[in-house]
Amino acid sequence: MTKPEPGKLMRPQRKLRDGIHVPKVTLAHGGGGKAMRDLIDDVFVSVFDNPVLAPLEDQARVSLSELALHGDRLAFTSDSFVVDPLEFPGGDIGKLAICGTVNDLSVGGAKPLFLSCSAIIEEGVDVALLRKLARSMAEAAAAAGVAIVTGDTKVVGHGACDKLFINTSGVGVIRTGVDLGAHRAGTGDAILVNGLLGDHGAAILVARGDLHLETPIESDCAALNGLIDALLNACPEVKFIRDATRGGIATVLNEIAEASGVGIEIDERAVPLRDEVKGFCEILGLDPLYLANEGKIVVVAPAAVAEKARAALASHPLGKDAAIVGHVAAGPAGRVVMQTKFGGKRIVDMLVGEQLPRIC
Amino acid sequence: MCLGIPGQIVAITDARRKLATVDVAGVKREINVSCIIGERAVEDCVGDWVLVHVGFAMSVIDEQQAMETLRILTELGEAQQEIAAMRGSGRT
Amino acid sequence: MKYVDEFRDPEKAAALLAAIRELTQSVVRELRRPLHIMEVCGGHTHTIFRYGIANMLPAEIELVHGPGCPVCVLPMGQVDDCVAIAETPGVIFTTFGDAMRVPGSRKSLLQAKAEGADVRMVYSPLDALAIARDNPKREVVFFGLGFETTMPSTALTVLQAEAEGIVNFSLFCNHITIVPTIKAILDSPDLRIDAFLGPGHVSMVIGTTPYEFIARHYRRPLVVAGFEPLDILHSIWLVLKQMNEGRCEIENQYGRIAPAEGNPAALHAIAQVFELREFFEWRGLGSIDHSGVRMRAPYARYDAERKFALPALHIADPKSCQCGEVLKGVIKPWQCKVFGTACTPETPLGALMVSSEGACAAYYQYGDLEGLRSKRAADAA
Repeated sequence: MTKPEPGKLMRPQRKLRDGIHVPKVTLAHGGGGKAMRDLIDDVFVSVFDNPVLAPLEDQARVSLSELALHGDRLAFTSDSFVVDPLEFPGGDIGKLAICGTVNDLSVGGAKPLFLSCSAIIEEGVDVALLRKLARSMAEAAAAAGVAIVTGDTKVVGHGACDKLFINTSGVGVIRTGVDLGAHRAGTGDAILVNGLLGDHGAAILVARGDLHLETPIESDCAALNGLIDALLNACPEVKFIRDATRGGIATVLNEIAEASGVGIEIDERAVPLRDEVKGFCEILGLDPLYLANEGKIVVVAPAAVAEKARAALASHPLGKDAAIVGHVAAGPAGRVVMQTKFGGKRIVDMLVGEQLPRIC
Repeated sequence: MCLGIPGQIVAITDARRKLATVDVAGVKREINVSCIIGERAVEDCVGDWVLVHVGFAMSVIDEQQAMETLRILTELGEAQQEIAAMRGSGRT
Repeated sequence: MKYVDEFRDPEKAAALLAAIRELTQSVVRELRRPLHIMEVCGGHTHTIFRYGIANMLPAEIELVHGPGCPVCVLPMGQVDDCVAIAETPGVIFTTFGDAMRVPGSRKSLLQAKAEGADVRMVYSPLDALAIARDNPKREVVFFGLGFETTMPSTALTVLQAEAEGIVNFSLFCNHITIVPTIKAILDSPDLRIDAFLGPGHVSMVIGTTPYEFIARHYRRPLVVAGFEPLDILHSIWLVLKQMNEGRCEIENQYGRIAPAEGNPAALHAIAQVFELREFFEWRGLGSIDHSGVRMRAPYARYDAERKFALPALHIADPKSCQCGEVLKGVIKPWQCKVFGTACTPETPLGALMVSSEGACAAYYQYGDLEGLRSKRAADAA
């Protein structure tokens, strides 16, 4: 398929009529008629613009032989985004929706190619805000080298959803020979992360406003396909990659320990955290290991290539503070242990429920 | 009932209501300083290191006592090293 | 972070541990049994688990986790009252985060929120007052819990509400006092505590004099301890020194933050707004005289107990719940019959499993579950 020329708007075969002139989305915009057509074309199609989307059929069509040029397996993922607030320092729900799905494909060793975008919009949402979020999605897609090629739009009544919910599903192609899996970790393997942890979780909690904290912390929301390409090119021996989203790295480490039937030991001194995230956690009594990230991966690599992997991550802008944080241990299967800065050891378990700030 | 964290008062935001901004490792929050003003003017709190608990400054940290506690622990460490050294040399 | 990192220094820890090991040998030789030191505060329990301190200490020192966790000792009846207030039309119910998960007889505040009640988490009572200021047509209630550490904040917030003439704000006062709690532990016939690590932040408010009776009448040393891991080790060392030297005193390890005389402004605010209740109900410990405070008559219009019709029922703890024994240090969390089976953080029966500082939750989260389960099986056999 031909890539669209940068900056050239491909006119959809369907004629864009007047566009939307009302300030807020109404139920009519979801009714299937002219208003809905205007919403889709004006807000979404015009900014997503690419040749696969352009025919605006009920389905996007892609040549299989062209896909096969990239590898030998299809990767397919889906994610829904319901973040509140819709806009936050470092990003917004649109950017999140693109990067999250791109990352879900990339961590499997796939080249991400095509995304869908399905939006459920609460009546009353500002059209200007929607336009802004759609543009954000388009920019994030362009930066990641993916195209948004199909989608759906629904409008629901007040209270039926919280402002805006987005689902993005994505397909990519996994390079031949790449076999990454959570079950592959073995004793002695190194555990790495690509940078400072907890920024997204902290930024969101602060942005909600209930805590009345002022911080410079921004979400680390980013598409990691470029970083992961750099890593796999330098280190094809890497065994597993997962992005550490909700539940933080603690959750991913527990998942690895369980899937591979191994123990994991991490060193608190090696866990990279920015000072403000440390301060934030101390004030509220939260554990940074459980804070969400949107631009961080956990990597399992054989010990022999650990330093090479770390250097490959560090040489990429999104891996500046990459670090080896621990290793797969001979310990009891499924158990994650942390050597604390202080000298003692403690278990890092799966999170139960949501982390709530303590008083004590 | 304990979660308190040291922070530094960096500005007064509302002198009448005794509100100030505290900085904890770069995270800022408005706090009430009624409990630590004493006889001073509110503005005199700026620069104080305080213990912050649920939005209130509850104590001005006594730098001398902090240093003293750390000194005791450092000396303890040195004493332990001496004992270990003596034991070590006793064995040879 | 200043005043934090220095008190987490692993080198100083190593020195303290060596000194603790030596003193322990000496003390235990005299005692001929393990030493039981109770840390009263939930905050201390959290530090001990977060840094793996229990495993760093010699085996002859057993740390017993005390009842100083106000969320842990909240009886179900009080939670039911909270839910009743929260479900009153028009009410905005504000609370600290970790109180939201404590189970009532029908539901927790979190569940009430899921069902539509306007329950909001706040970091400070001042934030609750701000919500009242911003929503003059809604009745805003703040759930005030905690020991003397938090009483001044709540009291000052009520005084601020009065100064501004805010009328749509009230306090549901569940504050408790530490001294009757420690006394109840000391008076308990199952008591096996040799010494105490005293509550550092409560002492920041009330000073160290209130504990003198523990040394004088009950002949137990108490060291007021800070909350960083070095503070805990330092305090344990000071306890051992006392026992080794035949002393029995109230000592203050946390002098950098807790002055011996407490905080006069804080104590004044408390005295203005609160008075002692004759008795108060505690989860697992039953009713303890003079262990709670209520709002004084001049502040009646800020008192949620007077503003709302509350069920105010005494709800017995579930039969299988052994929280009381754990709180007194009679049994360890993993020795409770339902620990890890019927009672888990996801399905808590008792409050010790709910709060992130409850001893049971701490053991469950940070401890070696498999090891504990086999220990319990071995004990039973």
